Amino acid sequence: MSVPRFWRRLKNLYNLIGTQCKKCGEYHYPPRTICPKCRRSSLIVPYKFKGLGEVLTYTIVHSAAKDYAKHTPYILAIIRLDEGPSLTSQVICDHADIHIGMKVKSTFRKLGEESEKGMIYYGTKFVPLATPPRKD
Amino acid sequence: MRDVAIIGVGCTEFGELWDKSFRELFVEAGISAIEDAGIQGGKIDALYVGNMSGGRFIEQEHIGSLIADYAGLASLNIPSTRVEAACASGGLALRQGIIAVASGYHDIVIAGGAEKMTDVDAETTTDALAAAADREWEGVMGATFPGLYAMIARLHMHRYGTTSEQLASVAVKNHHNGMMNPKAQFQHEISIEAVLNSVMVADPLHVFDCSPISDGASAVVLAPAEVARKYTDTPVYVKASAQASGTLSLHDRRDITTLDATVVAAKKAYNMANVTPSDIDFAEVHDCFTIAEICAIEDLGFVRKGDGGKASQEGMTAIGGKIPINTSGGLKACGHPVGATGVKQAVEITMQLRGEAGKRQVDGAEIGLTHNVGGSGGTAVIHIFGRER
Repeated sequence: MSVPRFWRRLKNLYNLIGTQCKKCGEYHYPPRTICPKCRRSSLIVPYKFKGLGEVLTYTIVHSAAKDYAKHTPYILAIIRLDEGPSLTSQVICDHADIHIGMKVKSTFRKLGEESEKGMIYYGTKFVPLATPPRKD
Repeated sequence: MRDVAIIGVGCTEFGELWDKSFRELFVEAGISAIEDAGIQGGKIDALYVGNMSGGRFIEQEHIGSLIADYAGLASLNIPSTRVEAACASGGLALRQGIIAVASGYHDIVIAGGAEKMTDVDAETTTDALAAAADREWEGVMGATFPGLYAMIARLHMHRYGTTSEQLASVAVKNHHNGMMNPKAQFQHEISIEAVLNSVMVADPLHVFDCSPISDGASAVVLAPAEVARKYTDTPVYVKASAQASGTLSLHDRRDITTLDATVVAAKKAYNMANVTPSDIDFAEVHDCFTIAEICAIEDLGFVRKGDGGKASQEGMTAIGGKIPINTSGGLKACGHPVGATGVKQAVEITMQLRGEAGKRQVDGAEIGLTHNVGGSGGTAVIHIFGRER
């Protein structure tokens, strides 16, 4: 993605800032300029999510497009935030531990990089809320 | 609104066609469709072309003009329109053609689709296809196309007990059908074990759960139903054309294992054709991944939600089963040149309804359905065709 497109979303990606419609109370992440429920009568304000949620579904990506190829295999997941909306992100944990229903919290991480001289993307990923007991 | 009929069909072979260019493919499909219809170029009122990403795959936009020109129709100045809805571009081009004839605006229309995907490397292809999802909020987070469908599959397995073997049975069946289709990219059998032992792309989807990267083109000739018999003894009538949208991102869906766009478009199509799912004799559905076919047969109402895997494994969707699915080999074995796929589905239904499908012929085929999806479910296009008007 081009630098301006990424830059425009920095605060959302870094800080998990979405929107809330003050008319109906619904939260949105990614942010929206119009509430799908209230449409033209929506009252949109920015909202910083608490960063707590649950894994709705996941996959382990073994083959990725070029900006992410270095990071495979990685866990891609859809996470439902406690406030309601769902988003796509990555979960950092032992691949054997990931499961549907896992409680997770947000964390600031590198997302990907274009090349040695290219842009490095940062953003929000997730980690398990409870550290699993050590196996040794 | 006028009734519409298909009076001619054409399709190139699908596959890695390194010696053929985009324009050559489209012209080949178009010419075979108009020869099948027995019409002259001067009769054509308009062209609609489904194409997902000429810009990324062959660095060419303005596809409408290119097609009209290389089809030899530039001197006739026939209007030509490119239609795009990711992997549903072909189905949508067909729908635009049908609407143009039904409205009375045009009489003879060519609806086609084409994609040339093998002129760039596989990474570029993967990235171009990822543009069918939300680049800013899925792609940037590392979502790949197989990754999105893998997340549908994972939840389907968790919720309904669907197994990897059941997913694999879809690929095995579609390869079996593809073996009987001389235009198919893969014309050989595969086994459940071969699917399960193939490389993992996005867990639980193996590479043999995925449709391939393909080149190909397909076209149909549309005419008002009342004059269709002037051109052919075996017109195929369009009984319904329906389209619905869903959220662009998978994470925004009401239910991750249901494509609401398919459910809504199907309901509209069944109402328009005045049929129920049990009246459909066979269907071409959008099996970009094995899980997609399982969700499709559920969302189209052929089986109950959650029963798709079991039904596939038990042979319900095989030729000779209760509802044969993807007799062409589907996207999995026939190939998936994205812009061409939706039109190819209509070509297959037409050949079946005319009784011209050879070894893969469905006995007593009277009513067939096509189901074409864009992205992970942001667009669904459904058509119902019949031998009788």
